[in-house]
Order: sequence, then structure tokens, then C-alpha cells
Amino acid sequence: MKSGSNLEKVIASGKMAVTAELGPPMSADPHEVIKKAGILKGSCDAANITDCQTAVVRISSIAAAVIALREGLEPVMQMTCRDRNRIAMQADLLGAAALGLKNCLCIAGDHQKFSAAGKLKGHPGAKNVYDVDTCQLVGIMKKMRDEGLQQGGDKLEVAPKFFVGASWTPMGDPMDFRPYNLKKKVDAGADFIQTQGIYDMDLFKSQMEKARNLGLHERTAILAGIIVPKSAMMLKYMDSSVAGVTVPKPLIDRMNKAKEAAGDDKKKMRELQEQEGIKITVELIQQALEIPGIKGVHIQAIEWETAMEPIVKAAGLYPRPTFDA
Amino acid sequence: MIVGQQKPFDEIWSMVRDFKKVLVYGCNTCVAICHAGGGKEAEIIASMLRMKAAQEGVDMQVDNAAIERHCEPEFFEPLDEKVSTYDLVLSTACGVGVNFLADRLAGAIPVYPGINTSFYGGVPEAGFFVELCGGCGNCILHLTGGICPIVRCSKSLMNGPCGGTNNGKCEVSDQTDCAWYLIVERMKKLGTLEKLLEVQPPRDWSTGTHGGPRRVSLEHIRAYEEQEEKNAATEGK
Repeated sequence: MKSGSNLEKVIASGKMAVTAELGPPMSADPHEVIKKAGILKGSCDAANITDCQTAVVRISSIAAAVIALREGLEPVMQMTCRDRNRIAMQADLLGAAALGLKNCLCIAGDHQKFSAAGKLKGHPGAKNVYDVDTCQLVGIMKKMRDEGLQQGGDKLEVAPKFFVGASWTPMGDPMDFRPYNLKKKVDAGADFIQTQGIYDMDLFKSQMEKARNLGLHERTAILAGIIVPKSAMMLKYMDSSVAGVTVPKPLIDRMNKAKEAAGDDKKKMRELQEQEGIKITVELIQQALEIPGIKGVHIQAIEWETAMEPIVKAAGLYPRPTFDA
Repeated sequence: MIVGQQKPFDEIWSMVRDFKKVLVYGCNTCVAICHAGGGKEAEIIASMLRMKAAQEGVDMQVDNAAIERHCEPEFFEPLDEKVSTYDLVLSTACGVGVNFLADRLAGAIPVYPGINTSFYGGVPEAGFFVELCGGCGNCILHLTGGICPIVRCSKSLMNGPCGGTNNGKCEVSDQTDCAWYLIVERMKKLGTLEKLLEVQPPRDWSTGTHGGPRRVSLEHIRAYEEQEEKNAATEGK
């Protein structure tokens, strides 16, 4: 075992892994993290704790991850390259490991100009860092863990043992380069990969075939990302505005149909779309798990954590495996 | 070239309003090409300041001048005496020129900036300027098809595109090309895509603005100049 994390154990056992997502609040109140952790616990093997996603200030990933860990939910802390240089990154990694964290996902991070896509003020005038990029951060973590060395070469008496992850946007353009983009992250040392949300399974299958041809599925655990759709509007927005995400028209049509079936009843409109969203999610999960080389799913029920349990149950992924400590 | 943009006039006025004798001092190299701070622009700013001063009832003399370059001493010499008669120089040179002149005047007269120095860029079409180099001190353009990921990628990524590429555009703006999209396409055309497959290790940024102020010292040129001076002195004897 590289880290001994629950996620690593599930993957090593050959069972399909399930990760979820927990977004920390824009508040110093820990209770929202505690509440979400309580809901997600049992429905996933580990949950990603986002690191100021959409470039908006929230409880830090490490702090929220420790809160989740205390609640019995294994966290995957996230670290963006946007906000820290290599000194702060490594210091935070040592601290996170000392606090008991074992998984870390490396990501570039949304640009500070993004600021929740204009829905919040954010900090578009902030100075970003990008001292290292995702590939390089993955390499730093691997070097710390496997060689007991800091990036600069100084020795670590006790190395932080992280199960190192990276993200992959398989359908982002330039699409023919994306499998190579994945290869670089794997070459750098990524133990697991979580993909951007996938709706177009046929396109994802063809990208996975290219990844398999490069032998990447044998060197890393690829978890297919599924973003639980809540409404037809959300699907349309993701299709038109979210980078690397395309939503096939039949899925949007299904959601529209669910919405129309409610007539003018707003409450019913929401309920029917949510039901359809869960159905679509379960189908996507089942399709993803059939793709050769896929080792699990990363299910993002954004601000809708209660959807996780019915989804994993319907997908035949419940209960989650447990291991003796 | 260095690209700059004139500061808003209200900002310029707030900087100069308390001075009695102001020289607007233009530079006829880069900032003239980008219509920000050449002799012509210095003349326009000076006349706007005179009008504003008259409007506001402020007693102020405003003149203008320009030299070829604000980054080498010999260009300043012919106007040194004239410059010394002012109580403010509003320089419309780039930031290099403002620093250089302020060092030259050594606190005798303040030198204020009339433009904002924006970037090192090119002029793909008249009136349009784009940033193309970050002056990082450690060029890797041979690895990226002549496209600089340090300034043309919003995240200065070194190992390929992030997840924010949308139809070839960057997540910060649909008006901004994704540098890595361009790099991949360029490398395909050049037949050198395999160069992008190698993981680039963390960079040494100390060659850039992160290693403290930088200098380039050409010892052979300095030694030659020193010898020439000595020779001249000997001949003079």
C-alpha cells in the first residue's frame, strides 16, 4: 500500500470504487461539513473536499477534510496550483498528512477571473501562483512519498504518504491530445484519476480506447466522473457553458419531458426532474462501469448530497466494502 | 516591443495639478508605435493639461518634448539642461524609461508616469497589440512551437491544457485563445507533437521576476569600453 487509504484499498481489492464530492461552505461554521459528511458516509469510499472551487473563498480543503475524517468519512483533499507555491504546497501536504489525510487530488484550479462564473463577486483581482502545474504537483507528491525528498532535494524524516490523484477532461479540446494529457499525469505518478463529468458515453468510450492503447488503464485507476443532473436547465447550461462537457440531446429531451409532465405544478416539476436525474445518473454509472479499464465512478451530486444513497443503491454499488484496520 | 496604454486623463491631472512647471516627455520608440507615449502623444497630453489648467484656474506652464529612447543615457544629454528647469517631468515612456530618468535626475525633480506599461507584445494588425513574451529569462519556445505558455496560458501551465479549454478558447474569456490548444495544433503541423509528451519538471523561476532584480553584464563589451576610455585618456595626455 502506498498510503493505506480506504480508497486505495477498494481499488486494490478489484472492486469498483465510488467517490463523492463535498463542497465546503463560505462560512467558518463547521456544521455544514459535518452534516454533509454524515449524509455521504456509507454511500462512497471517499469524498473529494474541494479546494476553493470556482475560485471562491471557502473553508480550506484540508480543514474541511479533517472535519469529515472526524465524522468517519474518508476525505480526498484537493490541492489547486492556483493559490500556493511549492513551499506552501509541501508545507500543507506535511500538515495534512500529520493530521491523518491520505488521499490528495491535484488540479490546476479554476482561474480567479472565473469567480463562480459571475454568480458571486469572488476575487477576480487576485494574484494567482501557478508555480507548478498539475503534472508537476503530482510528481512532487510522489517524490515526497517514495523518495522521502522535498522538491528542492531536502530530506523528509517522515514522508507524507498520499494516494495521489489527478483530474482528466477526456472530452476537452484539443481532444486528440487529451489521452496524452492523461499519460503525462500517469507518467508523473498519478495513482488515480477522476474525470470531468461525462454525459456522452460513446465519445468517452472512444477516448478510453485511446487511453487503453497507451496502457494507461493498467498504470492508474480511472474513475469516470458523473455529475448528477437536477433539471433540464442544468443540462443545457452544462452542454453550452461547461468546458469539456457535452450533453447528448436525448438526455436533455428526457429531462424536458419529465419537466413537462408536471404541468404548471412547480414542486412536481422539480421532483420529476430530480427523479429523472437520478435515473439518468444510474444509467450513466452502469454504462461507465462496463467500459474496459474503468475502476470506479466519481459521482458529483452538487449541493444534493442526499441523492448519493439512492443512486449507489440503484446502481448496485451498495453497501460499500469495508476493510479491517 | 514594449506595449503601453495612456493613463486616464483624470488620473494624470490628479498627479500633476499641484505643480507649476511641467514637462511632458515622450519616447519615440516602442510607446510611439503603440500610440501611447511618443512625441505626438506627449504634445496632445500637454495641450490637454493646458486646457484643463485654464478651465480649473490653475497657474501652470506645460511644455512637451520627446527623444528617441528613454533607456540609454546619450539620448537624454541634449535635453538635460532644459529638463532641469521643470518642477515635474510627466514621462510618457514605458516604466523602464520612467525608472531610468528618475535615477538620472536622482531626486532633483520628480518623474511621474503618464502611461501604464502593459506587456512585451506584437502588433498583428494596426491598433491591436497582443502579449507574446513574459521575459522569464529561460526561454522554452523550442519546446512549444514558438508559442509562450508562460504568458499566453492564463495559468502558465507547462504540461498541456487544463480542463478549461472551451472550443479552443480559455476559461477566462471567450476572446482569449487557449495557448495549449494553439501549441498542440502548431506542434502537429510541425510534426513534433512527441516533444509535448515529456513531463516538464518544476521550473526554476529565479531567472524571471522571482529572483530579485535582474542584470545582464557583457564583460567583454565592458572591458573593451574601459580600454577605449583609457586609450583616449592616454592620447589626451
